[in-house]
Amino acid sequence: MLLIGAEDEEKWLAEGIAGVQHNAFYLHRALDSNNLRDALKYSAQMLSELRTSKLSPQKYYELYMRAFDELRILEMFFKDESKHGVSVVDLYELVQHAGNILPRLYLLCTVGSVYIKSKEAPAKELLQDLVEMCHGVQHPIRGLFLRSYLAQISRDKLIDIGSDYEGDADTVMDAVEFILENFTEMNKLWVRMQLEGPGRVREKREKERSALQELVGKNLHVLSQIEGVDLEIYKETVLPRVLEQVVNCKDDLSQYYLMDCIIQVFPDEYHLQTLEMLLAACPQVQPTVDIKTVLSRLMDRLSKYAASSADVLTEFLQVEAFTKLSNAIEKVIEVQVDMPAVGAITLYVSLLTFTLRVHPDRLDYVDQVLGACVKKLSSIPKLEDSRATKQVVALLSAPLEKYNDTVTALKISNYPRVMDHLDNGTNKVMAMVIIESIMKNNTCISTADKVEVLFELIKGLIKDLDSATDELDEEDFKDEQNSVAKLIHMLYNNEPEEMLKIICIVWKHTMAGGPKRLPFTVPSLVFSALRLVRQLQGQEGDIVGEEVPATPKKIFQLLSQMIEALSAVPSPELALRLYLQCAEAANGCDLEYVAYEFFTQVFVLYEEEIANSKAQVTAIHLIIGALQRMNVFSVENRDTLTHKTTGYSARLLKKPDQCRAVYACSHLFWVDGQDGIRDGERVLLCLKRALRIANAAQQMASIARDSSGPVTLFVEILNKYLYYFEKGNKQITAAAIQHLIELINTEMQGDSATSDAFLASTLRYIQFQKQRGGVMGAKFESIKL
Amino acid sequence: MNFLIGAFKPACNISITFSDGKSRKQVPMKKENGKTIMVSLFQSKESIAGKVSIEPLQGKKIEHLGVKVELLGQIEMYFDRGNFYDFTSLVRELDVPGDIYERKTYPFEFSTVEMPYETYNGANLRLRYVLKVTVSRNYGGSIVEYQDFMVRNYSPPPSINNSIKMEVGIEDCLHIEFEYNKSKYHLKDVIIGKIYFLLVRIKIKNMDLEIRRRESTGSGANTHVETETLAKFELMDGAPVRGESIPIRLFLSPYELTPTYRNINNKFSVKYYLNLVLVDEEDRRYFKQQEIAIYRQQDS
Repeated sequence: MLLIGAEDEEKWLAEGIAGVQHNAFYLHRALDSNNLRDALKYSAQMLSELRTSKLSPQKYYELYMRAFDELRILEMFFKDESKHGVSVVDLYELVQHAGNILPRLYLLCTVGSVYIKSKEAPAKELLQDLVEMCHGVQHPIRGLFLRSYLAQISRDKLIDIGSDYEGDADTVMDAVEFILENFTEMNKLWVRMQLEGPGRVREKREKERSALQELVGKNLHVLSQIEGVDLEIYKETVLPRVLEQVVNCKDDLSQYYLMDCIIQVFPDEYHLQTLEMLLAACPQVQPTVDIKTVLSRLMDRLSKYAASSADVLTEFLQVEAFTKLSNAIEKVIEVQVDMPAVGAITLYVSLLTFTLRVHPDRLDYVDQVLGACVKKLSSIPKLEDSRATKQVVALLSAPLEKYNDTVTALKISNYPRVMDHLDNGTNKVMAMVIIESIMKNNTCISTADKVEVLFELIKGLIKDLDSATDELDEEDFKDEQNSVAKLIHMLYNNEPEEMLKIICIVWKHTMAGGPKRLPFTVPSLVFSALRLVRQLQGQEGDIVGEEVPATPKKIFQLLSQMIEALSAVPSPELALRLYLQCAEAANGCDLEYVAYEFFTQVFVLYEEEIANSKAQVTAIHLIIGALQRMNVFSVENRDTLTHKTTGYSARLLKKPDQCRAVYACSHLFWVDGQDGIRDGERVLLCLKRALRIANAAQQMASIARDSSGPVTLFVEILNKYLYYFEKGNKQITAAAIQHLIELINTEMQGDSATSDAFLASTLRYIQFQKQRGGVMGAKFESIKL
Repeated sequence: MNFLIGAFKPACNISITFSDGKSRKQVPMKKENGKTIMVSLFQSKESIAGKVSIEPLQGKKIEHLGVKVELLGQIEMYFDRGNFYDFTSLVRELDVPGDIYERKTYPFEFSTVEMPYETYNGANLRLRYVLKVTVSRNYGGSIVEYQDFMVRNYSPPPSINNSIKMEVGIEDCLHIEFEYNKSKYHLKDVIIGKIYFLLVRIKIKNMDLEIRRRESTGSGANTHVETETLAKFELMDGAPVRGESIPIRLFLSPYELTPTYRNINNKFSVKYYLNLVLVDEEDRRYFKQQEIAIYRQQDS
């Protein structure tokens, strides 16, 4: 019974519409024949259809609209006295004879509007009378529609009245009073709808009510359209009265809608000038009202207004908009004890957006907002609500986006304090946002202080924040650390001294990152430091003096600390590469001992940490490459290092690896360039040794697989021979090459099927050189294929 | 045949006209047969003058024992139909016994007639004024003709006319205060007032204001009371809340009211009441009845 089927409702609506149409037909006939009596009779009957209680607001509205259209026609008829011959004064009485109140009042309003227009009686009295008589309908829906009809039909007249008589403040006030009165009553009815019916249909009721909100709001809309309502009237009468109603009705739906409505319909300028009053109402609404959205919209509007013209901005300053808003928000949060953290933070986000838009120059305001947020956050347990944390991220991201320059955000003292209140995950997210902002804007962070602050902010990424280990997503972690690594490259100052400070600070922070992070961050930092080294190297001529604090030596000390930390992770392979890089840099700086020290570290690492044979191969080749390029070492030191290297090469596990490493070592004794070492004998020694190993490998292969292995190694060695031969190493003779080729051919015979492409192209090369003629051609002449 | 028809026809036509009949106000009056005729309107202490014309049917003479005109004020009880109680009876002899051969006209005048009661057509009785012309005859019976007229008496506005104000209620259930601006209304008056809800604990569906007429006839043990609701005027639709004030504005003119009659000739009284009725959602009625006096005010 309570839950009325939609089908039944359709039926009732259809019946209602039929009733309206039926009576409208006779009404039209009466109007055509200028029969006032019948016109009143049928219009009253038609309006009686609106007495139904069976329809939901939406359906009732449909019915109402039907009747409304007919009433417009009736109004035209009333207007034309020549048709019915009754003065509007008498007509006003006549319609009140109707026994049923609803038709009576609809007719009264209709005639009333004609009466006002005729100006035969003071509009004020008529309006008063109409709005007073409408008290008779206390049924919420019927009352709302009746009063809405009154508002609708009097609208144009009111706007005329309120605007026509310029300077006549009384007339404007009459119109205003009327609308306010009608508005108040409508709101009361609307609120009362909520109380109708049992509690369990509350939700449905609320939905129905929302559908009707515009009827109530329309009054405010009309008020805003009256030209005569100037700032003073708005301030002295309209706003206080509307707010009084809003506060007193104690209904959350109404309060939310009306607050929003006020903000939307009246001009921004008015809001700005009455900010205090408007905001004072906010803490007074029901705790369940979503006041944060309301305030957000207000601030949104105001900030758009501020953006509209520069002149407006001074007004904002005059009325101290920011302070007022800030205070209001404080109050709201204080009063609405149950407001979830997310609500409070959303408010701060809105306020921040406002201040960023309106007062972009006032960093102190931003700081103030964040400070307030910190206060709020510190009064509650750590945020668990994901929506709340999202809002905090929004709060913190806003200044970054606004200023396009993270450096500005770094100046805000409360910024890191807000971040402290985030959980680890969010903290990381926020740190990522900061880094992304820096990357996007290509911001260079150029002072040590800022770097310090920045690393304080992103410490979530730099180190584990507490003992509780979160479930880490490997992928995410990598992304994060890569970002940090990228970030390190954005920290740059042209001034070596400052740059060194920066590096020290970064190191101080990254040091704490633990074994998982160091492999990501240290390389960046190392290269950043090496860049500084190279820079100093370039300037060396200019800056001479004991007091220069940033010397390559110092930096290298630091570097070795860093890499040492890395080797402790352990990440020996990476450390090894970095040491080599450093050694090269030291080489560039002519710091032999430093370079030597680095190589020592490399070998220590190799010996102690790198056990994997594959890794060893790679490492050896790296070492060979790096060592080959070193030119700073004395003969003795160099001998020690090369000796070590060749030794390690020969001790690799697999024969082919051994072989390759050994022939690579030959390069250590043959360096291109003016003062490079050219020790042809030792080159030959290496190559011969490689050949021996290759032989051994070949034999092992044939024993193991009963077939000789490929001749690749030999061909590779042949290539080395050719290389040195061309370079003019006297120890490498054409005969030796000839011998080697023959050896290869012999080996190939056992393995007839395969023809080696590498070999073929090598031989082709020799052929090519022979035919080329000249010095080289002559050299190759003696080699016979 | 002609003779026969002639025999049943009255021997003459009698017409009664008022001397100021053309200018005098005519008002509708409902006859017993349901038809409405227009009749002249008088008030107390007016002189009622006019002419009686007697026109015998052609070629006939009327022998009579005298012609008279009477002015009668009568009360007729419906339970005692046909029995008239004359509270006023005035006679004017118009002619001495003789014969009438042709149309004869007699002027008459009742000067400054006291007609204290108004013409009234009620549920159980009527009060009427009539002019009765009698042509007395020896045989064939007397010829009688009646002319109704209506009497309305005007009252000056009462010197004291207090408002009616009252607080009523059912404990812990409903408390209202109502106010009607006057206690005495004229027939074209407007009742202005308001109902103020002090306490509402019941779901009210609507509220009406009724005008009820209470006509009592007879006296003592034989008193017969008839109550009629003349107006049912909806004041409020829906349930009010505490503190709500509902306006009343009821125009009396559309309703067929009479002035209040108190103990007319010891035969009857007609009184009027305002009945405020509240109906709740279970269709229970709560009401409070207040008498109001109604008087006839001279049209200005």
